[in-house]
Amino acid sequence: MYNFTYHRAGSVDEAASLISDNEDAKLLAGGMTLLPTMKQRLAMPSDLVDLNEIGDLSGISVDGGTVTIGATTRHADVAASADVQAAIPALAALANQIGDPQVRNRGTIGGSLANADPAADYPAAVVGLGATVVTNKREIAGDDFFVDMFETALDEGEIITAVRFPVPQKASYFKFPNPASRYPIVGVMVAVTDAGVRVGITGAAPSAFRNAEMEAALGSNFSVDALDGISVDADGLNEDMHASAAYRASLVSTGAKRAVAAIA
Amino acid sequence: MTVKVTTTVNGNQVSGDVEPNTLLVHFIRENLELTGTHVGCDTSQCGACTVHVDGRPVKSCTMLAVQAEGHEVTTIEGIGEEGNLHPMQAAFQEEHGLQCGFCTPGMIMASIGIVDRNKDNLSEEVVRHELEGNICRCTGYHNIVKSVLAGARDM
Ligand SMILES: Cc1cc2nc3c(=O)[nH]c(=O)nc-3n(C[C@H](O)[C@H](O)[C@H](O)COP(=O)(O)OP(=O)(O)OC[C@H]3O[C@@H](n4cnc5c(N)ncnc54)[C@H](O)[C@@H]3O)c2cc1C
Ligand code: FES
Ligand code: FES
Repeated sequence: MYNFTYHRAGSVDEAASLISDNEDAKLLAGGMTLLPTMKQRLAMPSDLVDLNEIGDLSGISVDGGTVTIGATTRHADVAASADVQAAIPALAALANQIGDPQVRNRGTIGGSLANADPAADYPAAVVGLGATVVTNKREIAGDDFFVDMFETALDEGEIITAVRFPVPQKASYFKFPNPASRYPIVGVMVAVTDAGVRVGITGAAPSAFRNAEMEAALGSNFSVDALDGISVDADGLNEDMHASAAYRASLVSTGAKRAVAAIA
Repeated sequence: MTVKVTTTVNGNQVSGDVEPNTLLVHFIRENLELTGTHVGCDTSQCGACTVHVDGRPVKSCTMLAVQAEGHEVTTIEGIGEEGNLHPMQAAFQEEHGLQCGFCTPGMIMASIGIVDRNKDNLSEEVVRHELEGNICRCTGYHNIVKSVLAGARDM
């Protein structure tokens, strides 16, 4: 790992000013993606701005129909939260399937979303549940947040402070993990919300997306049968040594059916 | 430029001057000379470096030493000693939960976390699932799982 200057930020404002003066600086949250990348010398920031000691960036609150999760809340704390388990059990279950226990004890929701790995789990929840990403500057609708592979709507130096999830009537997450890395090859979040059915898909394409045809079919008939005959286009889906685009397309169909079957 | 880090390791306050890019595991092994914590990979996958920070298992190869400032670290040396082993250490010995022993400190630190998190619902399935972050090249895991279940009974 190349060396860098370390800064322990005491507040979001302090972090923002440390990062905005310096385009080679990077924010450090759980470090579960950034530090391995730096160890392999694939990243060489001049400065790291550590968000971990900013107390009010971490924590979970439920208010009416909304679950708000602070940016540095660890995956393990989302998974173990009685509030999240009661309000959105599918979200707690998703968090509990990320990586392994040690990764979940450090990794954070803000870091996962900012990183926008095409195979990350949380993007399926942000898109599938219609969440809002709150930053130090503005609020970004989940549908607009993921732009491309490892690319988000965040500006240079913009800091995620929290994520707000509207509580759905019911929701379910199906994950088909890569047996070695445990990242999803495909993950599908299906949610029945007051505004209709949403289907959020991760792992399959460069960034998380919704499937309008499935949403419409499930909106008029929320059953596994409603998904019969809807074929997913493999064009533009990811293809790598783990799975072809056609296989991923098939996993999206199967994943959506399994997610629906769990709550229909 | 070095930075001063002050932290608690196995109940003792320690401090040292480290480069910012010093990983916690290297601080533990090289500055403190506690070599029970191992490094088995550089991809954050093997778990050989598992220690507890504020009571939770983490991979000390994926945390900076400076990030331990003000936190409590427990390593394998901090949970028991010869003649007075932690129940989980004793169980690994009794149940043949190790062969070469390289993964064992990390396995034991992760296993204590598994028992802490699952006091009421510990089962073979839970143990197998939650050992996902620890790789063993020797045992085939079977005796490790037996060890964790046996250790849990005595914890
Ligand atoms: C062995 C292993 C297995 C894993 N398995 C999975 C898996 O199955 N599913 C999955 O989804 N993920 C998995 N991960 C990734 C893990 O979830 C990471 O925690 C996550 O991708 C990054 O979060 P972090 O908090 O660790 O961020 P960091 O690594 O600290 O940061 C990642 C990036 O986000 C930026 N950043 C961090 N916080 C903010 C913020 N608040 N605002 C703006 N930018 C920010 C950083 O500058 C950096 O560029 C795995 C990781 C490992 C090591
Ligand atoms: S050395 Fe830390 S996970 Fe392998
Ligand atoms: S006992 Fe040899 S690696 Fe586990």
